[in-house]
Amino acid sequence: MTLAARDLRWEAGGRIIVDGVTLEAAPGRMLGLVGPNGSGKSSLLRLLCGLRKVRSGVVSLGGTNIGALSRQAVARRLAVVEQHAGTQSQVTVEDVVRLGRSPHRSALAPWSEVDEAAVAGALERVGLDARRDQPWETLSGGERQRAQIARALAQEPSELVLDEPTNHLDVRHQLDALTLVRGLGVTSIVALHDLNLAALFCDEIAVLAEGRLVRSGTPEAVLNPEMIAEVFGVCAEVRVSALSGRPHIEYRPN
Amino acid sequence: MRGAALSSSGWLPCVAAALASLALLCLAVALAMTVGEMHIPLQVALQALGNALFDLGYAVNPIQQGVLVDYRLSRALFAACCGGALAVCGVILQALLRNPLAEPYLLGISAGASTGAVAVMVLGLGGAAVGVSGGALLGAVMALVTVAFLAIGDGGTSERVILSGVAAAQIFNAATATIVTTFASAEQARGVMFWLLGSLGGVRWPDVWLATPVTLAGFAVCLTHARTLDAFTFGEDAAAALGVSVSRVRLVLFGTTAAMTAVMVSIAGAVGFVGLLIPHTVRLVVGPRHSRLLPAALVTGAVFLVLADILSRVLIARQVVPIGVVTALFGAPAFALILTRARRPA
Repeated sequence: MTLAARDLRWEAGGRIIVDGVTLEAAPGRMLGLVGPNGSGKSSLLRLLCGLRKVRSGVVSLGGTNIGALSRQAVARRLAVVEQHAGTQSQVTVEDVVRLGRSPHRSALAPWSEVDEAAVAGALERVGLDARRDQPWETLSGGERQRAQIARALAQEPSELVLDEPTNHLDVRHQLDALTLVRGLGVTSIVALHDLNLAALFCDEIAVLAEGRLVRSGTPEAVLNPEMIAEVFGVCAEVRVSALSGRPHIEYRPN
Repeated sequence: MRGAALSSSGWLPCVAAALASLALLCLAVALAMTVGEMHIPLQVALQALGNALFDLGYAVNPIQQGVLVDYRLSRALFAACCGGALAVCGVILQALLRNPLAEPYLLGISAGASTGAVAVMVLGLGGAAVGVSGGALLGAVMALVTVAFLAIGDGGTSERVILSGVAAAQIFNAATATIVTTFASAEQARGVMFWLLGSLGGVRWPDVWLATPVTLAGFAVCLTHARTLDAFTFGEDAAAALGVSVSRVRLVLFGTTAAMTAVMVSIAGAVGFVGLLIPHTVRLVVGPRHSRLLPAALVTGAVFLVLADILSRVLIARQVVPIGVVTALFGAPAFALILTRARRPA
């Protein structure tokens, strides 16, 4: 039992944003969420993280309704990496990663060795241990993303939700970020724009269009010219890449 | 290095820092007792203090004894509370609103508190049951709600929050002016206008007995939320994702801020810019973590306002400049500096 949604519906400003979505993340696997702009990916992710109140339907985390769990209980097992994490505060990389320990500490508990080990481990896994004291404002986009992933790791989550973690990253950092997440071995739900990246890294892909879940399954089953034409309105060819053995999509300009 | 050293080596540096800052504060208060129209040597000031606290029976001129203990000591202690509380309020508002320019004065909270206080003072609304502080609290809460309504209703960007504060300050200042010009007698009006600029002249011991517990209790509430405030670094959703009950925390901390501001305004009028100047200065030294920022802001704010009060008494011979003017003298340039240096979140 990990993170699951059943018949989830959500509206904002009189418009239905998420319309009857049912999905479940398989334990230890990576679920990709794809769909055109405005298809409701970010909203769905917020609902799944319990950051928006569910009005109709159920989100369950480990078999319990997420609305019945305290925010702290949710944060102890579910970590979120947002799309644009920005701050004007003069924090260092270490300050950011330390934030990940907050759900595990009571208000007055001192910083413990367990906390320190979690932070050091997280920094090492994303390769930022040498930049511990570097100010956030001097980091590049890729380093900021890695710092946020390290913060999420310091939460020691069993589920990880990422909203377009490859946005604004160059090719290498896109691959690095997703390789990193995949190597963590936690259950992850990742919203992605790039279908080829989704094909390359995800175990399963869910396709969202106008708030509805229109396809879900393995990349091989989901990524085909019909779906791409229907959902994205783009002509495309899909073949198996000789390099990765995964589906690879080529687009034809309209 | 800085972070690691202070975070892991425990309480010893903390105690040392606390003792040092307490000593500094005592020094500032002692200085404040010697300065004034009647110059009194430090030795006499300390003797008078000994008499008042421990009944030591030093031979001190009774007039000097009275001036020192009843006027100057109470005034200095209140200045310390007021400065500390306003600085802490600034830290809280800047963290919750994620806005480097947030502070009680610029957000119109002080203006709201002034309106509430004036309504009670001049109109006698609520009478003794509410009191000037109660009226100020009501006004401060109304101002906060106004700002929240104007700013947060539509995304609440950084600029919007400050503009909303300006709007709220205008609304409440207009209300205050209307009350004063319409209903106050000439003498009342003169008193109110002087008080509005921020004045410590009328401070007596009962004010200290009100301000001290409010400051300490408010500070304690804020300090227990230090880590929660850190979690707001990347915004409210990020805080919620880190396990913070955002709406509860906002209610508690905005309420605490309003209460602290209201009590200070009801006694000393709207003293501006302390909540801006102090947190930013302190941040440069101790960094952005709230567990260190809050105590450092409390002590620095306290020392700053005691010194500002001294300055207000010596700046022009035989005349007292309103304390709000002195803090603005330092604070307004700081405001301009922060404004030019404020970068957008990348």
